Amino acid sequence: MTDATLRGKAAIIGIGESTYYRHGQSPDSDMALALTAVRAACADAGIDAADLDGFCSYSMQHVGPIRLAAALGLRELRFSVLQWEGGGAGMAAAVSNAAMAVATGQADYVVAMRSIVQSDGARYGQMGGGANEVSGERAFLAPYGIGPAGQMFAFKYMRWMHEHGGVGLDAQKAVSLASYHHAQQNPRAVRHGRPLTPEAYDESRMIVEPWRLFDYCQENDGAAALILTSPERARAAPHAPVYLLGAAQGVDGGYGRAVYNSRDYPTSGFTPVAPRLWDMAKVGPGDVDVVQSYENFTGAVVMSLVEHGFCAGEEVDEFLTFENLVAPSGKLPLNTSGGNLAEAYIHGFNLAIEGVRQLRGDSVNQVPGANVAMVNGGPLAAPVTNLVLGTEATL
Amino acid sequence: VTTSEETTTAYVLPELAIPVPDPDGLDGPYWDAVRESRLVVQRCASCDAWQWGPEWACYECGAANPGWEEVPTGPGGTYEGEIYSWERVWHPAAPQLKDAVPYVILMVGLPTAGDVRMVGNLVGDQQAPIEIGRPVRAVFEHHDRFTLVQWELT
Repeated sequence: MTDATLRGKAAIIGIGESTYYRHGQSPDSDMALALTAVRAACADAGIDAADLDGFCSYSMQHVGPIRLAAALGLRELRFSVLQWEGGGAGMAAAVSNAAMAVATGQADYVVAMRSIVQSDGARYGQMGGGANEVSGERAFLAPYGIGPAGQMFAFKYMRWMHEHGGVGLDAQKAVSLASYHHAQQNPRAVRHGRPLTPEAYDESRMIVEPWRLFDYCQENDGAAALILTSPERARAAPHAPVYLLGAAQGVDGGYGRAVYNSRDYPTSGFTPVAPRLWDMAKVGPGDVDVVQSYENFTGAVVMSLVEHGFCAGEEVDEFLTFENLVAPSGKLPLNTSGGNLAEAYIHGFNLAIEGVRQLRGDSVNQVPGANVAMVNGGPLAAPVTNLVLGTEATL
Repeated sequence: VTTSEETTTAYVLPELAIPVPDPDGLDGPYWDAVRESRLVVQRCASCDAWQWGPEWACYECGAANPGWEEVPTGPGGTYEGEIYSWERVWHPAAPQLKDAVPYVILMVGLPTAGDVRMVGNLVGDQQAPIEIGRPVRAVFEHHDRFTLVQWELT
């Protein structure tokens, strides 16, 4: 391989999901949910689970490849890679690491996936009860009331808004409203049947200024998986293959300077990563038909979209409006399944599935004639990761 | 050695976590200094860059083991900063915080120490309007076992 690209060298042929639940509500274990999602993806791809030979996921994935391989009856496990650090930010890299495996012949059918079941003691928004000893970087944060992710990151959006002329509150509200709107068409969505009005958003309780309840993702149980293979093998699949056009991962080298002293602080992490994505994909933001952008917090989606070049920072309140973000008519349909906010927070993996569905023409909020989808994982948590997916017509 | 007179006996927040020096020795000089109401950060002996948070290498030039230096005080003998960013927390993420919300957390730039940024709470009215760029000064909040550096508006 001398050509440093993945463009057109791997295809997604199968997608599968479990039922999505509110956190702690799954009757099944994370292993059982994972098996459900992977088996569904195999059925969708028209392959036998025994033909699988690789698994990719990202940090905080508890069910692992050895156990999955045994339970799914794999003949041989040939590839297993966990994206290092970043939590849910590694979502898109789970897909692109799998793509690297099939593109270089390391494995033939690789699953990229996430399964989660939250136990009662593991709410994301809690710091834990007793006053325990903390050391290292945590010692400079936890005593001041910084524990959950919202407290870690609200500073960033506050500073970002300041540096862009005070814009951003309307845009983040529009992200929330668009997600909830899309979820009303999606029977899989945990927030299906729970529409969100602009008034209810405005009246929702503040969690950490500038973020309200509906600026946060949900907490959910569920599993989602997709299967990648080579373009040659993909031709035999029952569904039209969805091709990887581009992928990138990383962050500015000075992002991790301790105690929030990042070299380029008010970014979501995509500033150096997005140009590499567009270079590989040979498309730009203007060519993208639909975007699936990881929402831990709505403001972070706004930052991600700006860093990917969809609009200038100063323009977000004019461009990232409800009308522009909703399918089928918006200029930039966003998170068309309802995403992490309103479908389910499967640490973003449901966003990758929805990107595939859009390019198959199967979304419940279909963007007519969608050929190019951008998917990203991150923002704020890093390394951030992203993908451009395309139909055969884009190769 | 300058010793700031700015101390407080009232805690902004109840004890949520007990900070202890990193067992690897990285940040011991900081925790020792704040017990004496002195504010120190790292400073590289090779390139003079100020550094916060602590690391075993200089972020600017890569030299190993940056030293420690007291943050230069302002005219009033206090450690002066400027609000770089802020957030106000309304949701109590721990049981001890139930009666402590809302509380403000600040990111404070230190103009006399290369604009490194520290994180701390606002001392005083937690519902006061906060503006990026506002000057603040350090206040030492001494607990039985440790000291936190907090910030008040000037």
